[in-house]
Amino acid sequence: MAVTHLECKECKAHYPLQALYVCERCFGPLEAVYEHQRDGRDVGELRRRIQGGPQNIWRYADFLPLAEGPPGPSGRLASRVGLPAGCTPLIRADRLAERLGLREVWVKNDAANPTHSFKDRVVSLAAARARELGFEVIACASTGNLANSVAAHGAALGLDSYVLIPADLEEQKVLATGVYGTKLVMVDGSYDDVNRLCTELCAERRWAFVNVNLRPYYAEGSKTLAFEIAEQLGWEIPDRCVVPVASGSLFTKIAKGFDEWRELGLLDGQLPRMNGAQAEGCAPVASAFLAGHQVCRPVKPDTIAKSLAIGNPADGPYALDVARRTGGSIDAVSDEEIREGIALLAETTGIFTETAGGVSAAVLRKLADRGEIERDESVVLLITGDGLKTLDAVRGSFPTYSIAPTIEAFEATVPEGVAAV
Amino acid sequence: MPVLVKIPTQLRPAAGGAAETEVDGATVQEVLDGLFDRFEELRARIYDDDGSLRRFVNVYLAGEDIRFLDGLSTPVADGAELTILPAVAGG
Ligand SMILES: Cc1ncc(COP(=O)(O)O)c(C=O)c1O
Ligand SMILES: [Zn+2]
Repeated sequence: MAVTHLECKECKAHYPLQALYVCERCFGPLEAVYEHQRDGRDVGELRRRIQGGPQNIWRYADFLPLAEGPPGPSGRLASRVGLPAGCTPLIRADRLAERLGLREVWVKNDAANPTHSFKDRVVSLAAARARELGFEVIACASTGNLANSVAAHGAALGLDSYVLIPADLEEQKVLATGVYGTKLVMVDGSYDDVNRLCTELCAERRWAFVNVNLRPYYAEGSKTLAFEIAEQLGWEIPDRCVVPVASGSLFTKIAKGFDEWRELGLLDGQLPRMNGAQAEGCAPVASAFLAGHQVCRPVKPDTIAKSLAIGNPADGPYALDVARRTGGSIDAVSDEEIREGIALLAETTGIFTETAGGVSAAVLRKLADRGEIERDESVVLLITGDGLKTLDAVRGSFPTYSIAPTIEAFEATVPEGVAAV
Repeated sequence: MPVLVKIPTQLRPAAGGAAETEVDGATVQEVLDGLFDRFEELRARIYDDDGSLRRFVNVYLAGEDIRFLDGLSTPVADGAELTILPAVAGG
């Protein structure tokens, strides 16, 4: 076990590896700290050890905050326990690159997880830690994708679950949560209201709220995206990553993942430029970036990108720091640009993403249009969720042809010679 | 009638174990000052060195973040509920 304790990101006070998330002295967030024993292994051996692991995030168990290593009867069986997440495709997107006037664009398609979003990474970890700590109930405050994942992991692991969501979420996300037999609570309010309620409930119940009292463990799961990207690029760090931002946890932990592997010598070179992506209708981090502020002023969200609709982002200050430190940015795009982003990705890669992916695709386009991306840069676009969960975003966005089943009707109605776009 | 202040678990040891307490005051600031008069240790937990709210502390008046109201100068009515919570959850 390499993880040693939790530490306050603000005042550096130490805490034990329990269900704790906030510093009692200064209210800062707690984060897992590691001490890696290399036991004389060189970089080649470290890499081979990872490559010999299961085809899911547990191949990175050495770098994650579990006391007992990968969950399951044994490490070797880990790939078959629960709902293993990760090892999603990294796809070279030449047609997308060409459209944007770039040379090397990769799409990390994290919709290819068990419940179709990157949240399975963070929930796998939080649920495993919850079991280690003896919890029998997992719970969350969710903008939708987390809800799907917590409900499904509860079912897979035989843990009861409570999922709290804003009542106005997309129907697809509601249905794809309730089906797992969770206690689904629709709250009359915004995500920030749900989050406040869960913070209060957390003090009253002995439950593992994955993104409240288990947040230090949960958040570390997002590092596995950096690990996978680096491994899939042949142990290389890309020049730039474009990442959607809600609370800012995913964004900051991707940077942390690359950083930890640099420190261990597993990777060389600089951190990628980290470009965060928000919707204009909920852009507290992008606004603070533009204004040069170090903290975010909360907003009341109004956007089709409901999965990113967090008006009071917990990791806002750290996301700003990562963007500035790496020469990146946090940008915002309109709902119209989000829809165009979804179409752009679908038409050039065959990947259908939800609104959050539309936000990152649209921000990539914006950066390319602004001429900020050098031609020889390698760029990774993070696609964190599936288009089938936000169908309203594409409804009515393309023509269809309704005909009688005859050749004549076909020839009279359907235009021919439509080349691929 | 005073204002009901709800204290988060993380701060209860510094408030004699209380989960809530009643304090008089006409603004959020006055209520918090009244709270610190009673539990001096809380001041440094909630305020930073220049006497403003620490960046990871959220204060809600009847469920609304005071940053959407008038911040520390927000008026509070008798019988109102003021909730202090950590800001580092969610996502
Ligand atoms: C699809 C998708 N992408 C990205 C995010 C952003 O995550 P974070 O809160 O870690 O910034 C979310 C959060 O809910 C999400 O559902
Ligand atoms: Zn601290």
